[in-house]
Amino acid sequence: MSAEQAIGNRRLLTRLSVVAVAMFGFGFALVPFYDHICRALGVNSLVERAEAPVNTQVDLSRKVTIELDANSHGMPWRFQPLVRHLEVHPGQVVHVEYEVANVRGSPVTGQAVVSYGPALAGRYVRKLECFCFRQQTLAAGETRRMPVSFVVDGSIPADIRTFTLSYTFFEVAGKS
Amino acid sequence: MSAVIDNHGHAHGHDGHHDHHGGYGGLMRWITTTNHKDIGTLYLWFSFLMFMVGGVLALAIRLELFEPGIQFFNPDLFNQFTTMHGLIMVFGAIMPAFVGFANWQIPMMIGAPDMAFARLNNWSFWLLPFAAALLVLSFFMPGGAPGVGWTLYAPLTVQMGIGMDLTIFAVHLLGMSSILGSINIITTILNMRAPGMTLMRMPMFCWTWLITAYLLVAAMPVLAGAVTMSLTDRHFGTSFFNAAGGGDPVLYQHIFWFFGHPEVYIIALPAFGVVSQVIPAFSRKPLFGYASMVYATSAIAILSFIVWAHHMYTVGMPVQGQLFFMYATTLIAVPTGVKVFNWVATMWKGSLSFETPMLFAMGFLFLFTLGGFTGLVCALVPIDIQIHDTYYVVAHFHYVMVAGALFAAFAGIYFWLPKWTGRMYDEALGKWHFWLTMIFFNMIFFVQHFLGLAGMPRRIPDYPLMFETWNKISSIGAFGFGLSQLLFLYVVLKAIRRGAKAPERPWEGADSLEWTHLPTPAPYHSFETAPVLK
Repeated sequence: MSAEQAIGNRRLLTRLSVVAVAMFGFGFALVPFYDHICRALGVNSLVERAEAPVNTQVDLSRKVTIELDANSHGMPWRFQPLVRHLEVHPGQVVHVEYEVANVRGSPVTGQAVVSYGPALAGRYVRKLECFCFRQQTLAAGETRRMPVSFVVDGSIPADIRTFTLSYTFFEVAGKS
Repeated sequence: MSAVIDNHGHAHGHDGHHDHHGGYGGLMRWITTTNHKDIGTLYLWFSFLMFMVGGVLALAIRLELFEPGIQFFNPDLFNQFTTMHGLIMVFGAIMPAFVGFANWQIPMMIGAPDMAFARLNNWSFWLLPFAAALLVLSFFMPGGAPGVGWTLYAPLTVQMGIGMDLTIFAVHLLGMSSILGSINIITTILNMRAPGMTLMRMPMFCWTWLITAYLLVAAMPVLAGAVTMSLTDRHFGTSFFNAAGGGDPVLYQHIFWFFGHPEVYIIALPAFGVVSQVIPAFSRKPLFGYASMVYATSAIAILSFIVWAHHMYTVGMPVQGQLFFMYATTLIAVPTGVKVFNWVATMWKGSLSFETPMLFAMGFLFLFTLGGFTGLVCALVPIDIQIHDTYYVVAHFHYVMVAGALFAAFAGIYFWLPKWTGRMYDEALGKWHFWLTMIFFNMIFFVQHFLGLAGMPRRIPDYPLMFETWNKISSIGAFGFGLSQLLFLYVVLKAIRRGAKAPERPWEGADSLEWTHLPTPAPYHSFETAPVLK
């Protein structure tokens, strides 16, 4: 092999090595390229930011009016809802709050009991969280806000346009 | 480079004493050799060894599939067998076989004294045994060899045991070997041709290898990148393919098949080259449509880079993407058809004779064309979605890999064995080898079309009762095929040890330089002064 040919060979070796190294890089360049082309064409759900989740359970075609009522039965508690009534779609998650204040000079324990009017509506109220799930103890003079989260089931009959959600606190004896 | 020249000079100085093998004898001759013929021989024996290993794995697969239910291997081991069978056959058997042919033939065909980078050539080969050792060793690691399929799909690759790491490094080594070998081949062909050997006068085998080598240089690094990403996903906290970290497993498939489809032609084109030498020789006519063959080969190579996603129609790509890849894929049938028609036209009105190389070449032509047709079926999106990952696909790619590449390799071995060894093989046994191979091949794979169309999935160790008959036939064919290859080994060894002395021109129709300008057997150093071409 002549020296001239050896130089030519070496030059070609260098060029082809550069091609090989560039193609190695090209493999990695495919990563952002793939990402961009998928975004541009909108063809890959994995690289797209998901839209805000939509609750398909909510029946937007009608509303139900809920009247909130609160009583304390023979107790030194001042108990009332923050909102007196609200309108919700069946299927919608609803949060309401009640405020309760102990006006006695010593701790008192109470248990809330729920009732519905009409009573039929109670079947369709699915409570997720409620202060009525457990006994509540308030220190002397304490004021507390307590939540109720619920969903009015979409299967609630159409003729129930309004119902009352009523809580009554009873004192739990022997706990004060 | 100067070291290489010195080495050769040294070898010559001692010609009289040292059997002209570079000063070493025994094993060291083979380890240190920079002679293209020695290295070609090493490649060919290595690939035959790997062919045996991959074949044993294939027989294990067919053994398990002989009957429904799990008989011999648990599903995990079965998956390891399918994975390693694929990797070993593709990277260990078929590719090195054709690099072996390139090493032996290209310098002789273009009138060059050796490959352009003789030492590099030695390195390219000696990477392979280490890669093969890594692959085989992975079976003995905790968790075994990877059972992810030869395509090494994420996210399974991210979850496998240490065997996966060995496989990744093996792929790196195999890739390096191929790239270095390809650079060598390109440089040899472009720079080392004898005066007067213009590109368009080269034998077709050199053309197909030139284009294949370019494909390798462009595609193999992409595979290296893909497995490197898997490796960093496994150990260095990256998330290229790991969906839990924001990566995308489908991205792996895109990168892999960007390499994987050119790889199909990396395997097929040298086979086309061998067949393009054999068919004219036994038709006693020049190759029909030489220039169109060159252009068709180039067209196939270029198209191979824009069709990769036809392997992944079912990943959920948009219909526009499916249409693009479908049309581009079917377009490849045009240049491939040009080649098939040219081979047929070469035989047309030729004085044909049917020695073993010609039988294998015609077997190739017939079965490869069938494989091409089933390829067209697979290219069509609506059909492919039905047959994706079924035995139809298995049948298809074995028609192009085995009946295509392997048959061409057999044709090449029988064709050039007299030139390489100076001895003839046993023609009767060669024909036996061909017919047994042909019959058993179809017994294995033709019936797999039926299984695939009936819905039998690939890479599953068990199947419903209704598939039993065809699976039994396929398995029996597989064992027949495997045993037939032992006959091949016997034929080759018999030829080397006590074959009849080959005449100077065993095939009077063969007219490339190694036949017309070199004695038989070819001397250890050939064309040290460039031949004079008319």
